[in-house]
Amino acid sequence: MGNLGFNLLIFPGFLFVATLGFLWMGIERKLTARFQWRMGPPLWQPYIDFLKLMIKETLIPANAQRFMFITPPLLAFAGVLISSLILFRTSLFPKTSFLGDVVVFLYFLLFPSLALILGGSASGNPLAAMGVSREIKLMLSYELPLILAVFVPVWKTGSVKFAQIMSMQLQKGAFALHYPSCFIAFIVALLSIQAKLAFPPYDIPEGETEIMGGPLIEYSGSLLGMFYLTRGILHFLLPSFLVFLFWGGFPFNRWQWILSFLKALVVFLIMVVIKNINPRIRIDQAVRFFWSRVFVLGIIAMGLAIAGW
Amino acid sequence: MGWREKILKRSLWVYHLATGPCNNCDIEILDLLTPRHDVERFGIKLVGSVRHADVLLVTGIVNRKCVPRVLRIYEQMPAPKLVIAVGACPMGGCVFKGSYNQAGPLDKIIPVDLYIPGCPPKPEAIIAGIAKLLEKLK
Repeated sequence: MGNLGFNLLIFPGFLFVATLGFLWMGIERKLTARFQWRMGPPLWQPYIDFLKLMIKETLIPANAQRFMFITPPLLAFAGVLISSLILFRTSLFPKTSFLGDVVVFLYFLLFPSLALILGGSASGNPLAAMGVSREIKLMLSYELPLILAVFVPVWKTGSVKFAQIMSMQLQKGAFALHYPSCFIAFIVALLSIQAKLAFPPYDIPEGETEIMGGPLIEYSGSLLGMFYLTRGILHFLLPSFLVFLFWGGFPFNRWQWILSFLKALVVFLIMVVIKNINPRIRIDQAVRFFWSRVFVLGIIAMGLAIAGW
Repeated sequence: MGWREKILKRSLWVYHLATGPCNNCDIEILDLLTPRHDVERFGIKLVGSVRHADVLLVTGIVNRKCVPRVLRIYEQMPAPKLVIAVGACPMGGCVFKGSYNQAGPLDKIIPVDLYIPGCPPKPEAIIAGIAKLLEKLK
């Protein structure tokens, strides 16, 4: 089964996902620059940014609530770390998968958004409060479609275990290729994680140009570094999650494993393209889009899945 | 000097503070982010909040109204902090010299690490200035 401490800190855990996450963040920045006809920063820029944030001074604003200001970055990081551990430990040792780990995974994936809400509201800054209210509205709009989308492969497998979902796909081939309902669910999930990652067009809570980083406005130094790290890990974790559910999982034998990473990279590239060809939308437009379009699409996918498509 | 400076100089996040400029310098600063000059290839990027910043980039004569704000923003910045004065205004006032609301050159109020003169300085001049600042960090 492997040593849990080693798993948590080094291999499928912290070091592994952080390295890959920052690499993907670098790819994203480079590609965005190329989209805008610029040279762009070097691929290793996110690593340098993170190290720099860790050596900066950490200031705590005078009218912030100290405890509630300091804990959320750690909470966000812990949530993301545990969810990545659940996902990749299942790919290495399918026997460690337990009943309902999909639900636990989704639950821990909420932590970064919750941490932004808590930390932003504890910082005592009006712009942060505005960002927090937008984050809450955005969360209310993308969370339900995401759960509907996750329901579809779960229904197809008949089990809420990552290992079952993966082994089913190993036998039958990727869900998204076989069932139209799963392909629709994949699109729904893709749009939802675009919002979860706060990529444009859904970077509404962190709008740099209008509310100066939203909930993050008062964070500095290592606390901001923790948020940066969390975001970096999410860059890698969320596309891998979609690959896990819809495109065949991460079976741990050499070529298929590497192929799975390439699949996750392709999903991520689609997100980067969406990011670069769309401007930021208003929060009411985002809520309307998710509730009247994406949610309906999710319901359709669910109906098709139940009907056996 | 140490490894800290080596890391810092590869990832400078800049906060842009306008203390009553004529906006010409600000436009030249925005030119730095365009495809032609693209300073993001050095890891430099503009941030929205001064808490995230390493560099305070000041343009404009410092108004009397602006002095408390400049001081406050300088104090809100986390520790390894650098200040760049862009344009002739924060140094001597340029054409606004002797104006009733000029509160004096910027270095009377906060310590300045780099001066980039010009009215406005060309983007190339700003890049050259930043390169000198990076030399100084060594």
